[in-house]
Amino acid sequence: MKKFLAFTMAAALTLSLAACGGGSGSGSSATSGSDASSSGTSTASGAAFKLGGTGPLTGSASIYGLAAQRGAQIAVDEINAQGGDIQFELKYEDDVNDPEKAVNAYNALKSWGMQISLGSVTTQPGIATSSYNFADSIFALTPSASSPDVISGKDNVYQMCFSDPNQGTASAKYISEQKLGEKVFIIWKSDDNYSTGIKDKFVAEAETLGLNVVGNATFTTDSATDFTVQLNQAKQAGADLLFLPIYYDAASLILTQANAMGYAPKFFGVDGMDGILTVDGFDTSLAEGVMLLTPFNADAQDEATQNFVKAYQDKYGETPIQFAADAYDCVYAYKQALETAGCTPDMSASELNEKLKATFPTITFNGLTGDGAGITWDATGAVSKSPKGMVIQNGAYVGMD
Amino acid sequence: MIRLANMNKTTRSSLFTYALVIVAFVIIQLLRTFKDGGVGSVLEGQLIPICAYITMALALNLVVGVSGELSLGHAGFMSIGAFLGCSAAGALVHVIPSAPLRLAVAMVVGAILAGFFGFLIGIPVLRLNGDYLAIVTLAFGEIIKSLLTNVYLGVDESGFHFSFLTDKTNLGTGGIQLIKGPMGVMNTLRISSFIAGFILVMIALIVIFNLVNSRTGRAIMATRDNRIAAESIGISVTKYKMIAFVTSAALAGAAGTLYGCSQVTFTATKFDFNTSILILVFVVLGGLGNMWGSVIAAAALTILPEALRQFADYRMLVYAIVLILVMLATNNPTIQGFFARLRTSAEEKKGGAQ
Amino acid sequence: MDFLTLMDYLIRGLSLGSIYAIIALGYTMVYGIAKMLNFAHGDVIMVGAYACFFTMSGMSPMFEAGSVSAMVVPALAGVVLSMVVCTVLGVVIEGLAYKPLRQAPSLAVLITAIGVSYFLQNAALLLWSSSPKYFTPIVGSGQLRVGPLSISYVTLVAIVACVIIMVCLTMFTGKTKMGKAMRAVSEDKGAAQLMGINVNRTISMTFAIGSALAAIAGVLLCSAYPTLTPTTGSMPGIKAFTAAVFGGIGSIPGALLGGLLLGIIEIFASAYISTQLSTAVVFGVLIVVLLVKPAGLLGKTVREKV
Repeated sequence: MKKFLAFTMAAALTLSLAACGGGSGSGSSATSGSDASSSGTSTASGAAFKLGGTGPLTGSASIYGLAAQRGAQIAVDEINAQGGDIQFELKYEDDVNDPEKAVNAYNALKSWGMQISLGSVTTQPGIATSSYNFADSIFALTPSASSPDVISGKDNVYQMCFSDPNQGTASAKYISEQKLGEKVFIIWKSDDNYSTGIKDKFVAEAETLGLNVVGNATFTTDSATDFTVQLNQAKQAGADLLFLPIYYDAASLILTQANAMGYAPKFFGVDGMDGILTVDGFDTSLAEGVMLLTPFNADAQDEATQNFVKAYQDKYGETPIQFAADAYDCVYAYKQALETAGCTPDMSASELNEKLKATFPTITFNGLTGDGAGITWDATGAVSKSPKGMVIQNGAYVGMD
Repeated sequence: MIRLANMNKTTRSSLFTYALVIVAFVIIQLLRTFKDGGVGSVLEGQLIPICAYITMALALNLVVGVSGELSLGHAGFMSIGAFLGCSAAGALVHVIPSAPLRLAVAMVVGAILAGFFGFLIGIPVLRLNGDYLAIVTLAFGEIIKSLLTNVYLGVDESGFHFSFLTDKTNLGTGGIQLIKGPMGVMNTLRISSFIAGFILVMIALIVIFNLVNSRTGRAIMATRDNRIAAESIGISVTKYKMIAFVTSAALAGAAGTLYGCSQVTFTATKFDFNTSILILVFVVLGGLGNMWGSVIAAAALTILPEALRQFADYRMLVYAIVLILVMLATNNPTIQGFFARLRTSAEEKKGGAQ
Repeated sequence: MDFLTLMDYLIRGLSLGSIYAIIALGYTMVYGIAKMLNFAHGDVIMVGAYACFFTMSGMSPMFEAGSVSAMVVPALAGVVLSMVVCTVLGVVIEGLAYKPLRQAPSLAVLITAIGVSYFLQNAALLLWSSSPKYFTPIVGSGQLRVGPLSISYVTLVAIVACVIIMVCLTMFTGKTKMGKAMRAVSEDKGAAQLMGINVNRTISMTFAIGSALAAIAGVLLCSAYPTLTPTTGSMPGIKAFTAAVFGGIGSIPGALLGGLLLGIIEIFASAYISTQLSTAVVFGVLIVVLLVKPAGLLGKTVREKV
C-alpha cells in the first residue's frame, strides 16, 4: 500500500508539474488535453516521442527481448490512452543477442527517427549500441543490460536494472548479514557476461565479509544440460548454500537434478532467477525455499504491480518476468523525466539528450521495480534502488524481512 | 573487345570480379561523399562487416570450391584473427599512432597467426577426406571457441600477461586488458574503415586468382578432381591441399581482424558453428569455385536479413524459406536448362559479332 | 574421488550417452542411405518433444490425479502422437525439400537441410514462444536404489530403449525386404534401381524411421533434462552427429557405441578435467579417434577404386 501511495503521489506531482510546463509551452491546458486524446488513438501522429530499443526478438534469447518489448508496449499504450502532453511511439528492432546485429538494429531505428532510446535488452549488444548512443548523442535508458561496461564512460546511457557487481555485492552482504549459510558454493555460467560479473564481485565481497566460499563450478551454453558433476562437487565440499548467479532456465534444471540426487542445500539466486515460477509445467515444489534478490515480484499485492501483471496476462497470455517490469518502468521514468524537463516531441534527439542528461540525476522515480524509497540515478547512469530479498513458499514469493 | 573475347575464360572471370568489386566500391564511396545521408545509416554500419564476410567467403571458397574439401569450422580462423589481431592493435596503440598502419600490422598479425593455426590443424585434418574432414573442422571450430572463451590477456609496462580459465592477469597501472575471457574483446577505438575493407577484398582476390591460375593452383584442382590420378603423376596431395588450407586460414584471419576492429565488442561465441555455416551458405549460393558469385552472395545475404526487418517476427522464417527456395530453384533441371540455353545463345551472338 | 562418485558419474554418462545414441541412430540411418548430413534432425527432436509436451499437458486433466491411468495413458499417448507427428514431418520435409535435390551436389542438400533447420526453429519460436516449458518425465521422476547408488527411471528407460532400438534396427535392415532394399540403396543407388528397388520410396522410408527415432529421442531428452525451448535440439543434434561419426557413420552398432562413449566422456571430462572445457575435450577425443581410425570406431574402410 505504501508503495502505491508513493507512486500515485509522485504521479500526481509530476502530472501537475507537466500541466504547468505544458500550459506555458503549448497554449492552454484544455487544448493540449484534447490533442492528446485524439493522438492517443493514433500513436503514429507527429506529436509523439519516438522511442526505440533493440533486443533479441528471435533466437534463443528472445524470451528476454520479447518480455522487454511487451512491458514497454503496455506502458506506452497506457500513457497514450491516458492522454497528456507526453505521448510515445515505440519501436523495437530485433538484434538476435548479437552485437553486430544490434548495431544494425540501432541504425535502423536511427533512420526511423528515434529521439530517445531504450538501449539494448541484453548486455553484449548493450555495450555495442550504448557507444553508438554516446557518439550520436541519443539518450538511452536500458531496462536490463546490466554490465558496468554498458554505462562506463558514456554520460548519456542509464540503467534501470542493478548492475552485475552490485548484485554480487548485495547478495554476499545479504547472505552474510542474515547468516543464511556457513559454506557457500557457486555454480555459474562461464561464457556469460552477466553470470561472470556477479560471481566475481560476490567472491570479492565474500572475502571481505569473511563468508566462507568453499568452491565454485561452471557450465557453458553447450553443456547446460547435465549438472550432476557440479552438484556433486558442491556436495563433497559440504556446501549448505548454493549461490546461483544464473538465469532461471538453467536453475530449474539444477533444482530438479539436486532433488533427484537427494541433495538439499539452500539455494540463493539473483534477479535472473525471477521467472522460475512461471515456467510452463514446472513443479513449483522443487523451488520451495529458494531465496533470491529481485527488484520485481509478479505476486506483489500493490495495485500498480497487479494492474501491470493483469494487463500483461490479458494481452500476451503469460506472467511477466522482471525484464518486462524493467522496460515498463523505463517508459514511465522517461515520462516523468520528460515532463520534469519540459520536453516536447518536436525537439531533436540531441536537445532531448542534453535535457535528459541534466534531469535524470535529479529525479526520484517510483516504479514496479523499486521499493518505497524510489529509484534514483547518479550522473554516471548507474541506478540506485534496494533489492528485495524473497523466498519461495507454497509456490509464491514471500518477502524475507 | 576482340581481345576480351579472345581471353580464356578464367582470366575473363577474374577481370570481371575485380571490376565488380571496384565499381561497387566507387559507387558506394561516391554516394557516401556526395549524397545527403550517404547510403543510409543501416547499410553504412554494415559496410565493414560485409567486406569481412566477402573475404571469409572467398577464403572458404578456396578450400571448398577450389581444393574440394568441406570445412565447417572456418569461423574458428576468423575468431583467431579477430582476437589476436585486435589484441595486437590494442597493444600497439602507443607504438604506432597511425590507425591505418596499426590496422595493417594487426591484420598481418591476425593472418600469420590464423595461418599458423591452419597449418597445425591441417597436419592431422588433411589426411582425412570427405565428411570426416568436415566433422574434424567442425570439432576444431568448437575447440577454438571454448578455448578462446577462457583466455585472459592483458598488457602493461612489464609486458604481456596471459592466464587461462580464471583471470590472474593482475595488470599494473596503465595496463590494458585485451581479452577478457567470456566478455571477449572491447575496443575503445574502432580502427577499421571501409577503404581498408575494400583493400582486403582486393588483396584476397589477387591472392586467390594468382594462386588458382598458377601451376600450384592447377595442382590443387587436380587433387580435387581426381586424387588418385593426381598422386600418380607425382603431385603431393597433402602439400597442395595444405597450401590452399593455410592460405584460406590466413585470409580468414585477416578478415577476422578487420571485423573485430570494426566492432565495439565481440565474444568467442560469435564465431560458432552457425557462423561457419553462414559463410558456407555464401559459398554454395555463389557457386563453388566462383569468386564473383561469393562476393555477391556474401553481400546480398548479409543485407537480406536487414532488408527483411519489415516482416518483424517473421523475418528469420522468411530468410529460411528464401534459402530453401533458392537452393531448390538453382538445382532445378528446368531452370538450369533455361540458363544454359540463355548462355549458349549469348555466346552465339558474341561469336557472330566477332 | 571415490568409487561411488565414479559409478554415479558413469550412470549419468550412460544416461546422457544413450540419448545421444538414439539421436545418432537417426543420423546414421539417414546418412547411410541418403548420403546426406541432415542438420535438421536436431530440430525434429525438438518438434517431437513439443508434441509430447502438449499431448501430455492436454490429457492429464482428463484423468484422476494419482491413478495408474493418469500416469500411463497421457505418457503413452504423448510418445505415440509425437512419433506420428515426427514421422509425418520427416516425410513431408523429405518430399518437399530433399527429394527435388536427389541429383544435386551434396553441398546443396546440406544447405537446404540447414534452411529446414532454421525454418523449424523459427516456426517453433513463433508458435510456442521461447519461454521454456518444463517437461514432465514420461516415467515419473522416481529412482531405483541399488545399494548406495540411485538410478532414475528415465535413465533406465533411455538405456533399455536405446538397446531395443538398436537390436530392432539391426534386425530390420538385416532380415526384412525393406531393410535389405535400404542396404542395397546405401551400397549403390543405380544398381539397386536396376534390381527393381524403388529408390525414392526407400529413402522416404528411411526418413520416416529416422524421424520416429528423433521423436523418441526428444521425449527421452526432455524427460532427463526437462527444459524445453525451440533450440533444445540443436546442441544435442550436433553432439549426436559427432557421436555418429565417432562410432563410424553409417554403422548402427557404431552409433550406439559412439553415443554412449561420447556421453561418458562428456561427464568425465567435466568431472575430472574442467567443466569449462568439457566440450573441447569431447571434440578433442573425436579428432584423436579419427586420426587413428579414419572411418570411426566401427566404420567400414572403403577401399578406393581407381
